[in-house]
Amino acid sequence: MTEGVGFGILMSLADSQFWYPEADLLTHSEEPQADKLHQTPLDALHRELGARMVPFAGYDMPVQYPSGIIVEHKHTRAQAGLFDVSHMGQVKLHGADRIAQLESLVPGDIEGLASGGMRYSLFTNDKGGVLDDLMITRCDDHLFLVVNAGCKEADIAHLKKHLGDEVVEVLEDRALVALQGPAAVAVLSRLAPAAADLAFMSAAEMDINGIKCFVSRSGYTGEDGYEISVPSDQAETLARTLLAMEEVEPVGLGARDSLRLEAGLCLYGHDLDPETTPIEAALTWTIGKRRRQPGAFPGADIILDQIENKPARRRVGLVPEGRALAREGVEIVDADGTVVGTVTSGGFGPSFGGSIVMGYVQLASAAVDTELGLVVRGKTIPAKVVKMPFVAKSFAK
Amino acid sequence: MSDHQYSEDHEWINIDGDVGTIGISNFAQEQLGDVVFVDLPQVGAEVSKGDEIAVVESVKAASEIYAPVSGEVVAVNDVLNDAPETVNADAENTGWFFKIKLADEGELDGLMDAEAYAAFAKG
Repeated sequence: MTEGVGFGILMSLADSQFWYPEADLLTHSEEPQADKLHQTPLDALHRELGARMVPFAGYDMPVQYPSGIIVEHKHTRAQAGLFDVSHMGQVKLHGADRIAQLESLVPGDIEGLASGGMRYSLFTNDKGGVLDDLMITRCDDHLFLVVNAGCKEADIAHLKKHLGDEVVEVLEDRALVALQGPAAVAVLSRLAPAAADLAFMSAAEMDINGIKCFVSRSGYTGEDGYEISVPSDQAETLARTLLAMEEVEPVGLGARDSLRLEAGLCLYGHDLDPETTPIEAALTWTIGKRRRQPGAFPGADIILDQIENKPARRRVGLVPEGRALAREGVEIVDADGTVVGTVTSGGFGPSFGGSIVMGYVQLASAAVDTELGLVVRGKTIPAKVVKMPFVAKSFAK
Repeated sequence: MSDHQYSEDHEWINIDGDVGTIGISNFAQEQLGDVVFVDLPQVGAEVSKGDEIAVVESVKAASEIYAPVSGEVVAVNDVLNDAPETVNADAENTGWFFKIKLADEGELDGLMDAEAYAAFAKG
């Protein structure tokens, strides 16, 4: 599990850290430790574009390019951003029983997907907690999974243990890029006309300028867009072709985080973890109606009980007064000053135009418009529970 | 602003009489990225060298600002409350944080001039 750098613990300017683990703010590049990190197939391109690279989940990743996080974020909402997410795990599941086998590990209705259909789901444990969140696409002769970089070793071991080594194929030779934003459809259809007709949360093989890709209409920004799985040795050619389009700019992990936070989407290891159930996380919609049977998936009894009787705490969005940011770990208090929860993600929302917070609070404090407080550096900042997303989503219909 | 002096904490101080104007270096703002909030001290506060008296937050990081000298906070830059991005635009001039009336000018010994700081920041 990815441990976040606690923003509750302040550092001097010289020791400041990104929210990304282990990334020293004022550390210069060309540090020897960079050798131990994995590099994505787009590493040279990132450096050529002037990216600031940081270690993330064992990979050397671009946190931002020279234009900076706010510009990259706003460009994605206005035009289109290109993200390298090759650190994520891409896995194919084979075998005649693959759907039933995968359904034994996730609460999503995979059988109910049409061919090419895609679903957001979760690996759960026996306590109903979340081991990872993932994307599952049903293809004709296999299932295609995309899992988090920080969890992929554990996820692969989990799949092999329960499904058997022989049906789990890890795609080591493929990169993954995301093209996100309102202009994404115009950009990609120029190269692959079929992209325009791809429905939201579906996927298909597509030829992009002669490169055979697997393209889904999906993303992690709250915008319309695509995620493109591409052979590693052609990833840079594809990325350069996309970046050559007037609407497209490269976007790093920093803006990826602020975009997903504004969209109200969970970041694994922060907003989701093995101690947190999908019901607490306000992800009840991921528990397929057909799957709501005792013993149908790990932790089903606990999860079904929470659907029936409500969980003790729930994930909510909060908007604080003023500009102060409330980072992960900040305590949430009620009007009496009693601690009722904790911030799991918080920061500046460039499109929202201010400080936004995601956290878990006791159910009695979870209703929209509840007045709460955030304890930042000893001061209690008033904050109100709001509906998420913080910024309206604009997915393709 | 060639008479700025710099600390190893990437802060600058500019002395006028017995008052020092303090901010963060251009190098520091570049490293922090987009500044979105600055928590300034109270005017009138008595501070000692090394005290944590302000916080600067960028999109990706929160950093403490230490008092580079002891004394009384006599002014803060209210512009930063509504326009924290001034720190990125003009860190070593209009993006100043606060002014301290020096209690001990001897504390300025050991600060770096611009040239020495540039070498320090390069590592």
